[in-house]
Amino acid sequence: MNFETIVFYVFAALTVFAALRVITSRNPVHAVLFLVLAFCSMAGIWILLEAEFLAIALVLVYVGAVMVLFLFVVMMLDIHLAQLREGFWRWLPFGAVLAGLMVFEMSWVLGSSDVSGGKAVIKHAADYSNTKELGRLIYTEYVYPFEIAAVILLVAMVAAIALTSRRRKDAKSQVVPEQIAVRKADRLRLIRMPSEKHAQEKIDSTAEAAR
Amino acid sequence: MIDLSDFLILGAVVFSTGVAGILFKRKNIINVLMAIELMLLAVNTNFVAFSHYRGDPAGQIFVFFILVVAAAEAAIGLAIVVLLFRNRQTIEVADWTELKG
Repeated sequence: MNFETIVFYVFAALTVFAALRVITSRNPVHAVLFLVLAFCSMAGIWILLEAEFLAIALVLVYVGAVMVLFLFVVMMLDIHLAQLREGFWRWLPFGAVLAGLMVFEMSWVLGSSDVSGGKAVIKHAADYSNTKELGRLIYTEYVYPFEIAAVILLVAMVAAIALTSRRRKDAKSQVVPEQIAVRKADRLRLIRMPSEKHAQEKIDSTAEAAR
Repeated sequence: MIDLSDFLILGAVVFSTGVAGILFKRKNIINVLMAIELMLLAVNTNFVAFSHYRGDPAGQIFVFFILVVAAAEAAIGLAIVVLLFRNRQTIEVADWTELKG
């Protein structure tokens, strides 16, 4: 039993423990924090699998942004803890049997056969960089999927803002369609009137009177 | 020496935990979203393990895209939760029956 194996089992046990606590803990804030623990220990396992970039991205982006978003929402919403326990025991046997069956089936299939195909793990050179390799692939072979991913993130951002933004009732804003549809007749009124006679004299006389 | 099947079984256990979580905590929509995150994490672990043992970095690229989609899903899902809570003052799944025919 070498060091690698010990690290794997420690992180695997931590992940499974945290995952179980996510689905059993009473308080949603605790559940989110245990989910953070599960993500962090899974990142350790990914580093063991030499996926350093993804492990760091998981911690930075997922734990740092998405889980904090979860925490914000959980703390913002007014959740009654007592009501949340209802239905837990009713669904426990069904869920436990289903999950146990799935674990059993998958372990049976994956554990019995040699799924790795008998190939030895490729040892990389000392100067091999996982990040550089991923970057090279993303910007050459997978550049279109990468751009689609960027568009997906943009759409998600616009959708999240559009869904949750609340408009002020007294806000003043332009109504662009009305501005475009306006015609000359709506704004401008031409009137025909006779011109005043001796206008200049009148002004002079009033000026005299004022003096 | 850790086998590929060890990582796959770990993924299977975490995935099943997520499935069970959806059933246990179906009262609260946030818990359902968290169980979905667990399942995505398990699937990503499978991808990374296969990528390592087959020596093919394409699996890690796929995990990258899954992370992008999962982040978008979490953002929109939480926005919908906030909107529903604002309108109904509840986040219990059983209370949302507007679309029931």
